[in-house]
Amino acid sequence: MELLSSVTARHLREDIPQFGPGDTVRLHVKVIEGEKERIQIFQGIVLQKRGEGVSKTFTVRRLTGGIGVERIFPLHSPNITKIEVRRSGNVRRAKLFYLRTKKGKKAARIAEKRIQP
Amino acid sequence: MNGIIGRKVAMTQTFKDNGNSVAATVIQVGPCPVVGVKRKEKHGYDAVQLGFGETKPKNVTRPLRAIFEKAKVPPMKALKEFHTEGKEQLKPGDWVNVEIFKVGEKVNIQGVSKGKGFAGSIKRWGFAGGPKTHGQSDRHRAPGSIGGSSSPSRVWKGQRMAGRMGAANVTVKNLEVLEVDLERNLIVIKGAVPGPRKGIVFLRRST
Repeated sequence: MELLSSVTARHLREDIPQFGPGDTVRLHVKVIEGEKERIQIFQGIVLQKRGEGVSKTFTVRRLTGGIGVERIFPLHSPNITKIEVRRSGNVRRAKLFYLRTKKGKKAARIAEKRIQP
Repeated sequence: MNGIIGRKVAMTQTFKDNGNSVAATVIQVGPCPVVGVKRKEKHGYDAVQLGFGETKPKNVTRPLRAIFEKAKVPPMKALKEFHTEGKEQLKPGDWVNVEIFKVGEKVNIQGVSKGKGFAGSIKRWGFAGGPKTHGQSDRHRAPGSIGGSSSPSRVWKGQRMAGRMGAANVTVKNLEVLEVDLERNLIVIKGAVPGPRKGIVFLRRST
């Protein structure tokens, strides 16, 4: 295991904010179009986090024109230039797949987490 | 030197320069002592015999122990000859390490695949099996017909049937070297490598 972590340690990012399922995140994703490289914004609700170490990924769901779009990102991906946590949701489970069957303004249905004073 | 012996550590993933993630296998390679050198004039072919994985003298047979003593190297778990062009300046007692491979090079990796035990024709040969519905019973994973009744009235040799699967020598060719760690004697290979974790693998430069 030590040998393995010596290989992966280089790829781990330390600038990742704390966030979890139910949180609304705003991602700045690098997109390569032909020769050009630009930053694309993807904002949505985190459905899940899974995996360990470099293989850790998270799923973000957003609604565009009434159609749900989900993207899975490696947490340590160098293609994500920035992760902004916009809102932390108060949820009671680790995997929020039930949101897929909900219609309408489901984002609003997730109550904001109350910060403990 | 164009080959070396290693031990599979584990699989993981790494990121390439363009940000894409790639599946990778970490292998602990060498350092391997040269146990013997074969010369064309004397043995009929040119090769270097390498050892890997130090072990106790009591765990190797006496004839082998003599070979290790002659080369002045500690007893090793694995021994393998790698054919050479005959230009190598290596002598018994020299050590070979990961240095021989560079990032971006292609290697062939040989190992003993994981044993699957007695496997049916679906798992072993990719047969389709029988229909799942329409009144089928006991035919879901059956191999079907294995030959004609009147002609040839026997089963052809080589007919694919159930049997032992895996635990065989497998070579995967042209795997890319992603990283080389001289300090820890590690090599990172793109993709999968035959065998279980801690399994012995042989790495050769692809030609």
